Amino acid sequence: MNRYPIWVYVTVAVALLLGVIYTLPNFYGELPAVQVSSAKATIKVDSKLMERVEAALKAGNLSAGGVTLDATSVRARLATTDEQLKARDTIERALNPDPADPTYVVALNLLPATPAWLQSMHAKPMYLGLDLRGGVHFLLQVDMKGALTKRLDSMSADLRSLLRDKGVRHGGVAREGNSVLVKFRDAETRDKGRNAITDSTADLQLSERQDGADFTLVGTLSPQSQNRIQEFAVKQNITTLHNRINELGVAEPVIQQQGSDRIVVQLPGVQDTAKAKDILGRTATLEIRMVDDTAGALEGALQGQVPFGTELYTERGGQPLLVKKQVVLTGDRLTDAQPGFASDTNEPAVHLTLDSAGSRIFKDVTRDNVNKRMAILLIEKGKGEVVTAPVIRTEIAGGRVQISGRMTTTEAYDIALLLRAGSLAAPMEIVEERTIGPSLGAENIEKGFKSTLWGFAAIAAFMVAYYLIFGLVSVLALASNLMLLIALLSLLQATLTLPGIAAIALALGMAIDSNVLINERVREELRNGASPQAAISAGYERAWATIVDSNITTLIAGLALLIFGSGAVRGFAVVHCLGILTSMFSAVVISRALVNLLYGRQRKLDKISIGQVWKPQGNQG
Amino acid sequence: MEFFRIQKDIPFMKHALVFNVISLVTFLLAVLFLATRGLHFSVEFTGGTLVEVGYAEAPDVAKVRETLTNDGFADVQVQNFGNSRELLIRLPLQKDLDSARVSEKVMGSLKTVAGAEPQLRRVEFVGPQVGKELATDGAMALLMVVVGIMIYLAFRFEWRFAVSAIIANLHDVIIILGFFAFFQWEFSLAVLAAVLAVLGYSVNESVIVFDRVRETFKKKRGMGTPEVINHAITSTISRTIITHGSTEMMVLSMLIFGGETLFYFALALTIGILFGIYSSVLVASPLVMWLGVSREQFIKPQAKKEEAVV
Repeated sequence: MNRYPIWVYVTVAVALLLGVIYTLPNFYGELPAVQVSSAKATIKVDSKLMERVEAALKAGNLSAGGVTLDATSVRARLATTDEQLKARDTIERALNPDPADPTYVVALNLLPATPAWLQSMHAKPMYLGLDLRGGVHFLLQVDMKGALTKRLDSMSADLRSLLRDKGVRHGGVAREGNSVLVKFRDAETRDKGRNAITDSTADLQLSERQDGADFTLVGTLSPQSQNRIQEFAVKQNITTLHNRINELGVAEPVIQQQGSDRIVVQLPGVQDTAKAKDILGRTATLEIRMVDDTAGALEGALQGQVPFGTELYTERGGQPLLVKKQVVLTGDRLTDAQPGFASDTNEPAVHLTLDSAGSRIFKDVTRDNVNKRMAILLIEKGKGEVVTAPVIRTEIAGGRVQISGRMTTTEAYDIALLLRAGSLAAPMEIVEERTIGPSLGAENIEKGFKSTLWGFAAIAAFMVAYYLIFGLVSVLALASNLMLLIALLSLLQATLTLPGIAAIALALGMAIDSNVLINERVREELRNGASPQAAISAGYERAWATIVDSNITTLIAGLALLIFGSGAVRGFAVVHCLGILTSMFSAVVISRALVNLLYGRQRKLDKISIGQVWKPQGNQG
Repeated sequence: MEFFRIQKDIPFMKHALVFNVISLVTFLLAVLFLATRGLHFSVEFTGGTLVEVGYAEAPDVAKVRETLTNDGFADVQVQNFGNSRELLIRLPLQKDLDSARVSEKVMGSLKTVAGAEPQLRRVEFVGPQVGKELATDGAMALLMVVVGIMIYLAFRFEWRFAVSAIIANLHDVIIILGFFAFFQWEFSLAVLAAVLAVLGYSVNESVIVFDRVRETFKKKRGMGTPEVINHAITSTISRTIITHGSTEMMVLSMLIFGGETLFYFALALTIGILFGIYSSVLVASPLVMWLGVSREQFIKPQAKKEEAVV
């Protein structure tokens, strides 16, 4: 009566086998490796790069334990960390002849030492969270209001050049709060202007207003375009962050959107948080404006009388500079910036490339302002800094701009980097930070492992002592539960954190509940005089309802944590819920299969080893 | 081996009033502590910065505190963490400082303290908005667990059982929180997770006892309500104690080996498991009795008919 059909045994065997396979990669540990990825969007990682890396390693007399190529990077495994450092330097020299302008990011990494046959089955070790491997986690909040303001600013500039192109005379374009105001002399010109604007953009909702003698068009962003701008702002910021983080040389950065206006950045292995924050928190945006060189204006401004529509800045060299408030171009029009040398004088220079709209504006502005100065400003948290203020020598068409003069090679490089690292579509602020030192990460793993180990040992010792063979079966079921849980976590590549390890331990502590229930039920059946075979059968069947009950209430709590949890709680909840599922399978199906194998085939079973079945004396008579 | 050699049903219900009074007193004390002392929320909820540093040799805590205070961190809290060589520095949200930079400034300041070279082990910074969200999410999770369990119990049993079980287990939650308030232990997200996990876990205990109550009502005719409950508790007590004991072994292992990070998590579980046994058995059952459970509620007319034929 206590026999399972063959297919149940087969299911159990397959489950256990899969469990072993997918748990296995976690035991191989990690090998030091060097990871090469592209630093520039234009450069692809391909098999040629792989050959170059291999050649470089061979030239440096370093034996790599396998060079592999995946979608975004080439990875070379090394035997020791010493060789890893050497290999990085060798590869760096071979691939980036000009350290000032690296083509590839060469980073240190740890790769799982999983054998190839396991990898071919997609068996990978669990993905360790930052609290276990060390690193930095940031949560960045994108300033959506800032994104809209910025967009409106650049729209004002667009409108200005649009109206000029169409030959519509206007009395000024300005942003006021969340709207753009365009002034006209009379109603007729306003109608012309209105038509021109509606023809060119659908983003603005226009309304008319009369302020004294001015006929004004008020443009506000439509809700759809506001949404689109906000979505785009987050996307662009993520792209920009990717570029910036490449500078840090992090092997496996995680940059993800969270919610509608937040971005998570995780940098495993990074310890220098100050530098990471410098790079991430650089909420710099670029603006090109004209310099006010009117005679006497600067002197007046220095004495506290800043002329209307201008602002006083200090150049990098320390000289004061009066800059107009009107923005000619913003950083979104800039597609590239590279350091180099001026084509005529061979001085260090920065080459800028503008997009088509930017080129048109730039052409107009330079034509009208030859021999005047323009300022490129880096606006960081509302404070501007003049990066450079070159003199316009000629009209510049085609969108290729060269800034030269009064700079060294290093300065040219710095300026190019600042310009290129991309402008953010909207300012961002760090709203959460978690930094875990590498030693703490290793300690956390050890502590979590020890807790689970000793807890498991204690439970195992108790179960075997109390329930003898049935206890042993319970322990084996519990061990397979642990294995299945780890296999599942590895298969899903869920992130394992310290709370996750705690959840594994707790899942084991709670899973034994099912086996105790079963064993107690079997004992009870024996106490009531059932035959051993009947007791086993009845015990498992009757315990089932209770086991389901107990797991459902725990699962309710787990799911609530999963839905509302964030960070630490989520890591706990995922493992908790998975643990409940695996424990139901292992405690009931696997342990029953074991018991059936042990006892099920014996026709005359007089006694089963489940510890003492004590009967109250009253019942014995 | 058999730990539970119980000859007769233990007359738990004789002392029902005593149990309920004990619970009421602990519950009121817990509420009192929560009201007067309040919970010591971690940075996750309050927002602020937490920096953990390690030293090769035990640093002079007073000197570190003085240096930090002099460097402009007015409300700094410095304490040993785990052992004398590790320090935990807590700072509330700084209004005037660029809050994301606080940890670097603290490290800079620590490096000026003579004699000891600090090593950064951990930084947590939570902005005010995130803190608020985590707190609301936590409250929502708690609410959802309670509502979810109530719905489940209402399906599973009739209302008397559902109400008693949820009262008994919420009283557990309050008592755990009371402990955290009384000792001013740090209440973090992990502790919240522990509280919720233990809530789901110990409600189950009531379910098991109630199942037995229902079964006994149906099986044994001559028993009064208190006797039925006594029988149900007595026959499940060995399972209750063994399973909770096993879970507690695991939790104790975490408490001992898990280090500071898991300490309060394990502590909340420990209190939750101990009070869970007590309340789901000895608080919920008397409540069911007071609420007037009786045999008639379980015996369907059809069953009666069958018995009449026999």
